[in-house]
Amino acid sequence: MANHAHAPRPLGGSTFTPFTLLLGVLAAIAGVILVYRFINGLGAVTNLNDGYPWGIWIAYDVVVGSAFACGGYSMALLVYIFNKGQYHPLVRPALLASLFGYTLAGVSVIFDLGRWWNFWHIFWPGYAQVNSVMFEVAVCISAYIVVMWIEFSPAFLEKWGMKDVKQKLNKLLFFFIALGVLLPSMHQSSLGSLLVIFGQQIHPLWQSGMLLPVTYLLTAILLGFAVVIFEATLSSTGFKRQLETDVLAPLAKVMYLTLAAYVVLRVAEVLIRGALGTAFAATWQAFWFWVEMACFIVPLVTLASENARRSASKLFVGAVLLMLGGMLLRINGFLVGYMTGEGWNYFPSFAELMVTVGIIAFEILAYIYIVRNYPVLPAAQPATR
Amino acid sequence: MDRRKFFKASLAGGAALATGAATCPAQARDNKPLPSEALGLLFDSTLCVGCKACVAACKEANGMPMEFSTKDQYWDTPLDISGKTLNVIKAYRDGKMEVKDREENGFAFIKKSCMHCVDPSCVSACPVSAMKKDPKTGVVTYDKDACIGCRYCVAACPFGVPRFTYDSATPQISKCQLCVHRHKDGKYAACAEVCPTGATLYGRVSVLREEARRRLAMKPGEMASFPRGHLRAAEEKVLQGAPQGKGAMQRAGWRVESDQSAYPNVAAKYLDHVYGEKEFGGTQMLMLSGVSFQKLGYPDLPPRSDAAASETIQHTLYGGLIAPIAVLGALTFIAKRNVKPEDEGGHHG
Repeated sequence: MANHAHAPRPLGGSTFTPFTLLLGVLAAIAGVILVYRFINGLGAVTNLNDGYPWGIWIAYDVVVGSAFACGGYSMALLVYIFNKGQYHPLVRPALLASLFGYTLAGVSVIFDLGRWWNFWHIFWPGYAQVNSVMFEVAVCISAYIVVMWIEFSPAFLEKWGMKDVKQKLNKLLFFFIALGVLLPSMHQSSLGSLLVIFGQQIHPLWQSGMLLPVTYLLTAILLGFAVVIFEATLSSTGFKRQLETDVLAPLAKVMYLTLAAYVVLRVAEVLIRGALGTAFAATWQAFWFWVEMACFIVPLVTLASENARRSASKLFVGAVLLMLGGMLLRINGFLVGYMTGEGWNYFPSFAELMVTVGIIAFEILAYIYIVRNYPVLPAAQPATR
Repeated sequence: MDRRKFFKASLAGGAALATGAATCPAQARDNKPLPSEALGLLFDSTLCVGCKACVAACKEANGMPMEFSTKDQYWDTPLDISGKTLNVIKAYRDGKMEVKDREENGFAFIKKSCMHCVDPSCVSACPVSAMKKDPKTGVVTYDKDACIGCRYCVAACPFGVPRFTYDSATPQISKCQLCVHRHKDGKYAACAEVCPTGATLYGRVSVLREEARRRLAMKPGEMASFPRGHLRAAEEKVLQGAPQGKGAMQRAGWRVESDQSAYPNVAAKYLDHVYGEKEFGGTQMLMLSGVSFQKLGYPDLPPRSDAAASETIQHTLYGGLIAPIAVLGALTFIAKRNVKPEDEGGHHG
């Protein structure tokens, strides 16, 4: 189980580096564009239209962004529900990334809402419309953001020396952990269910109907593992720490089994619905379908052996591919495969892209600041090799 | 922790997640039924002469701004419905465009505006009840004061009807609401009111369905008479003091029930299809045509509404919150066993 040598400690070091400065500039650019958007309307900065009323601010920032933020969820599921204590050192950093990913996904919804000043209606009896998938997603993501801040608060309480509060919270934490597993299971599946009502407007390769919640949930869990491996590798390089191979290799096995289950389900689902034929048509949809599938099938081959999963580089490449695959499943479902009739086109504007880039930059910046100043990453020896 | 305990805990974790599937009985949600006093429009493409009086009247009745598609901005020339336009007439053209209502080398006109679905996707999608379906008349209305501008309705509608004003800092959804704001003055949909040929006819859906069937039974090429404006139910008229014994005659006929004089025309060769009767769980705007509806820009939709499919999933998973609470209970039980608060150091919980 978690031993004391692995207790999380602040990394220390300077927050101001050329890299963090760049991140700050990117975030500031996004801020300026957003001010302009709120004064002049969505049309002034985005390429949205009535054929594509949702663009990357929804498909990437919210749908993909929150799935990339499933590290905390997947690790909590593994450690606290399946009781795999050996992964405990990975929980807190994963939870931090999730906290930022989700908080920003939640906040970025506001940027996309046309009548954002009414957003509270979604929580208000009389306005709230419980049959709406959007309602479920919104309420559930909001609740999860609150739960995550509570789950993560011990890191702050430790730093601020509030031992009493921390101990009291610790006694109740199991309940918030249970909620922290339930809520993402609900809204990550519902993000897929959002597409059900689009019916025929979604290309058959992605209109999985009743199975949409299942494929989205399964890939959210899968992405959670992939993101944890991705982040652990990056922070070991970025902060010059030893890679936790002994923890990551068995985690990679869990990820691999999840991946296998997903690929079997996805292939069967496409076959049974009789949609496979459309994958051989000369369309962009067919092309992106194969790119998406390749992102899942390549790691299924390259990470098949225990040795491969112990190789930091192979594992990293596999995790990146899975993240790409999960991203494509969502982008394809919400944009590439969204066919609303002839004459409509959408490709994000430069300003739209810069807002998304700025949000990601802000997220990384905040992560670096927190792990340098608060006890998040497990204390480990600096890399000696 | 020894192996056996470890194994048992793993099993328990799996069981918790499986609980969700086990506790929720499938609650398939059927298409919603047509409201008892459903109001709608019957658009007959074969009667439409493309004058666009309905487009102008709609603008005026709803106070919508002009929209230009030509270089010289002389008058309102919308090409499609939009944030500024709730109703347009579009033209279908093929080859030499010789004959009206013929697919090959022919032409036809088609109306585009809200279909007022019996089981609308926009209403099911809207998270804040800004889109509502009147329980009595079935008219699908929009309330901008409730709307958060998420545009899920725009994305969900299979007819591409709700539109959005992207160029505004205080945007809103635009869609036909069957002129409900004119109903209290005894008026009805402006498009039907001004239609010179009765191509757009307003009335109860039940009455309009009957009228559609009457037209499909006509002999192509023979002179026929077509009601204009508001086609009232025969019963309504009879109740207004028709002498005893004569009611039956009046009930059988529609001619005397329309508020405007009838339009005489040669019956066209219709496709044997009332678009909107079965499609997507039914719509309250019905259409007749001589040209395939897909060629006129209307999708070939299945009889089941997407709202029914979507809500079946939501009700199955979240009906009465039974499944979420059961799963939360199981998860809490397992988490309480696995989380050790007294363990200082590595455990944050």
